[in-house]
Amino acid sequence: MTQEPADLPAWSLPAGAGERISIGVDWPERVTRDWAFGDATGKGVRVCILDSGVERGHPRVGEIQGAVAFNRSGEDEEVEVVEDTEGDLCGHGTACAGIVRQLAPECSLFSARVLGAGFKGSGPILLAGLRWAVDQGFDVINMSLSTTKRQFAELLHELADIAYFRRTVLVASAHNMPVESYPWRFSSVISVGSHEEPDPMTFFYNPSPPVEFFARGVGVEIAWLGGGTILSTGNSFATPHLSGICALVLSKHPELTPFQLKNVLYLTANNVGGEK
Amino acid sequence: MSDLRAAVAAGALGSEESYRELLQSIVEVARSIFDARASSVFLFDEESDDLVFEAVAGEGAGELIGQRFPSSTGIAGWVLVTRQPLVVEELDKDPRFSRETAESTGFVPKGLMAVPLLHEERALGVLEVLDRPQKAAFSLAEMELLGKFANEAAIALDLLQKARAARTVLEDEGADADALARFAARLDEAEPEKREAALQLLDALGKLLRES
Repeated sequence: MTQEPADLPAWSLPAGAGERISIGVDWPERVTRDWAFGDATGKGVRVCILDSGVERGHPRVGEIQGAVAFNRSGEDEEVEVVEDTEGDLCGHGTACAGIVRQLAPECSLFSARVLGAGFKGSGPILLAGLRWAVDQGFDVINMSLSTTKRQFAELLHELADIAYFRRTVLVASAHNMPVESYPWRFSSVISVGSHEEPDPMTFFYNPSPPVEFFARGVGVEIAWLGGGTILSTGNSFATPHLSGICALVLSKHPELTPFQLKNVLYLTANNVGGEK
Repeated sequence: MSDLRAAVAAGALGSEESYRELLQSIVEVARSIFDARASSVFLFDEESDDLVFEAVAGEGAGELIGQRFPSSTGIAGWVLVTRQPLVVEELDKDPRFSRETAESTGFVPKGLMAVPLLHEERALGVLEVLDRPQKAAFSLAEMELLGKFANEAAIALDLLQKARAARTVLEDEGADADALARFAARLDEAEPEKREAALQLLDALGKLLRES
């Protein structure tokens, strides 16, 4: 019985079996932006905003397909997941969702609220939220946040690697200071810092990691609570720009793995092969 | 009382005031460098999950120290929970933000820069700079400069918290320990001659206590 490549637990490859793992991507001679995401809208791609929630009905965000919140409850403070009816308590998640929507207007947006209910115990809630998002099999998870607690680093690392091999792309905000925080430092995620260009589709590959890409993060008009907008700067907003671009590429090439997607981003970055 | 405790006591008593002055000087310099209307440091109080005004320069100085608000609200809250620096402009266009801010701080900024104060694994608080003149678009170089101030403020805040924790330990030990700690602090500050004399006296006192 022949298994499909995706189902094959490929610990080794028998002689002459190369055809069984042929890759379903028709790579062009040169990967251009037009090939990568020309005319793409993000349709069919599921993006999860792991943040402070998303305001329902914000004109910059439009319809969202689902929202959950993570809380600690009971005596043992177990983290539970509930349907989110409160929307966004501080505005950060709405801002991120609005940017993804701007770049990938037809993608499906989901909100997982892990921030906003106080700062205490935020580590376990963040982990539970990310675990949930990875289990849901989202195509892209936007994480405009990080933790500095080393006790969570190992579990986050594990989750980031699980996501990577399950074809879920984690796009995470880097620090613009030499700070040890996670998960952006892991190589299985796509880490994002800011550049100062005004074009939302301009992004750069950074040949000096750990920050791997720079996207628009300065003077960005972001969605603001109450239906309005405001000007803001920060890697928090560079990250959803790259999440949006990932959604565009995946809507045109859904078969790409995170490894291949990162290559496409590299090849189409403005300082590599992308349009200047 | 062990030598170690005496050493801690000598460091704790009196140093709290110095660290407060250091924090104050950091917000003063931050305000001057950015030519801003105000600058403040918030301490994250883990017990109550609040952010507390710890140092303020410019607008609100002298009035806001000690005021607190829940750690998950406001832009300082965003910065604390996401661990990400942030700049927000055109704040005065938002009526809800204006009202809430004016009620808590007495003035409405047009824009602000906020950066988390991270020290080792902990997020200790937030540094804010309010209303820098908007002559030119905000630059990433300014963000980097703010990050450097944040590093200084984080170290000062860490020292301040340690000094407070040491003082609490001493207070919990009761008046005896406190009296000894004060003695250790005075001894530490004394001129060499006086110090020598005090140590001789202490030695004699020790002998007397042993004999009786």
